[in-house]
Amino acid sequence: MPFDALLGNYLAVFLATIVGFGLIATALIAARLLAPFSKEENKRTSYECGMTPIGSTRAQFSFRYYIFAILFIIFDVEAVFLFPWAVTLVDASKTAFWEMIVFIGVLGAGLAYAWKKGVLQWNRE
Amino acid sequence: MMLLAAPAINIDNAFLSGILGLIAFTLVMTVGVMYATWYERKIVARMQYRLGPTRTGPFGLLQPIADTFKLLTKEDLRPATADFIAFEAAVFAIFIPALMVFVAVPFTADWYISAIPMSLLYILAVSGLSFIGFLLAGWGSDNKYALLGGMRAAAQLISYEIPMILALVAVVMVTSTLDVYQMILYQDTVPLIVWQPLAFGIFLIASVAEVERPPFDIPTGESEVAGGVFIEYSGIRWSMFQLSSYVNMYAFALLGAFVFLGGWEWPFGTDIGWGYQLLLTMVKMSFFIFFYLLIRATVPRLRVDQLMSYAWKVLIPLSLYQIVTNGFVIVYDLPDVAFLLFSGLGVAALVYSAAFIVKRGEPRRPLTMVPVRATAKAAPPAPAVAADVVVEGAAT
Repeated sequence: MPFDALLGNYLAVFLATIVGFGLIATALIAARLLAPFSKEENKRTSYECGMTPIGSTRAQFSFRYYIFAILFIIFDVEAVFLFPWAVTLVDASKTAFWEMIVFIGVLGAGLAYAWKKGVLQWNRE
Repeated sequence: MMLLAAPAINIDNAFLSGILGLIAFTLVMTVGVMYATWYERKIVARMQYRLGPTRTGPFGLLQPIADTFKLLTKEDLRPATADFIAFEAAVFAIFIPALMVFVAVPFTADWYISAIPMSLLYILAVSGLSFIGFLLAGWGSDNKYALLGGMRAAAQLISYEIPMILALVAVVMVTSTLDVYQMILYQDTVPLIVWQPLAFGIFLIASVAEVERPPFDIPTGESEVAGGVFIEYSGIRWSMFQLSSYVNMYAFALLGAFVFLGGWEWPFGTDIGWGYQLLLTMVKMSFFIFFYLLIRATVPRLRVDQLMSYAWKVLIPLSLYQIVTNGFVIVYDLPDVAFLLFSGLGVAALVYSAAFIVKRGEPRRPLTMVPVRATAKAAPPAPAVAADVVVEGAAT
């Protein structure tokens, strides 16, 4: 496919960001014009069950989120490698298939190791 | 390129046709989402022996319009301590990817906004962007519930993205194309759900988690995080979040209808005209929408640990299994029935392990029940906290 035609196809993607931006901006401006506004100050505190918020919001949260993020990156990169392999598999040789099986096997072993270490268990004691 | 091709006009200018198609789609989509809320309220109400909206117009048909005006004229609050840029940008960051997905969607054989090569890859890549908006909203709101909800949303979206991608890789192996249009054409005699039931099941479950609908609505669960990331958003901003959520739901329903149910191709072929094709697409999409509503009304919400272990311990190994067996069948030229056989075995494992994991996920130490009369003497029971809340000062 010539480069210009390819770019023409992706032009609509660029336009979609503009249209999406425009739609949200229109809605926000319409609400700014139509909605009431009171000068009450207490409404601008953040919600915490009706009381004044206690302590900083930038609080600690569970470390597990990071571990899942790292696992996600590994598997997402795997998916990137899998897509071209999957498209051409019909014409590919048996060697190509078994090579990818080794790759998937290594990742599967990694997942099994993480499972055994209890990384996938959210409420580990 | 040819959004309006079949009935009336054929516009040759890429810029003009793109912008006209997008504006037409946006208008139809907004009305479609408004009536999706009406449909959802009606269906869920009937499932719960209620009537749903009845007062506004016949069958409550004007309810979404009343809702729109109510949300437009509601005061739009922002906490004084919120991070201005993150708080405001979150609305855009969630909605724009949801809209961008539809650029590549072929509604009928002739109706698409742009013919993007490798559109499946494009749809997956773009729909994966929305978690940035959830993180921005969670961080920007300056609210503990919102922060926790944003973290949960990000963890859930990335965890369920992997089984969804792997299930679609399995389908790509069968069809040998990354173009959704070509995948639809591939299914002219038999839809792919027949050959790949396991991939379909994984896609269906992961898509519910990706659009964060019940029972996978842990990031926004009222009983745990009081609305989660949306807690500080009100009025029109909140409704924009709802709009993106419904648009995402349509996107995944359409993707499922195209990839697994044969889109507008199966069972009548390409030559039945755009009207019937559009109808066929909508009917197949409605199956998915109805399924989302059905499980919303019948399945209780999962806990966060059940949710994560279900993605990592059940769906990902099973999708890897689907890929490996597909490759085996293709490379060794086994008959097509082998697809069905291997995939069917996987479906059995999926159903079995679902029950297994959910049972295993029950807390090991059951909450101690103290009789009411004895509470004065006995020590108060430890407060029940969600698994991912870090209690200040508590040693772990």
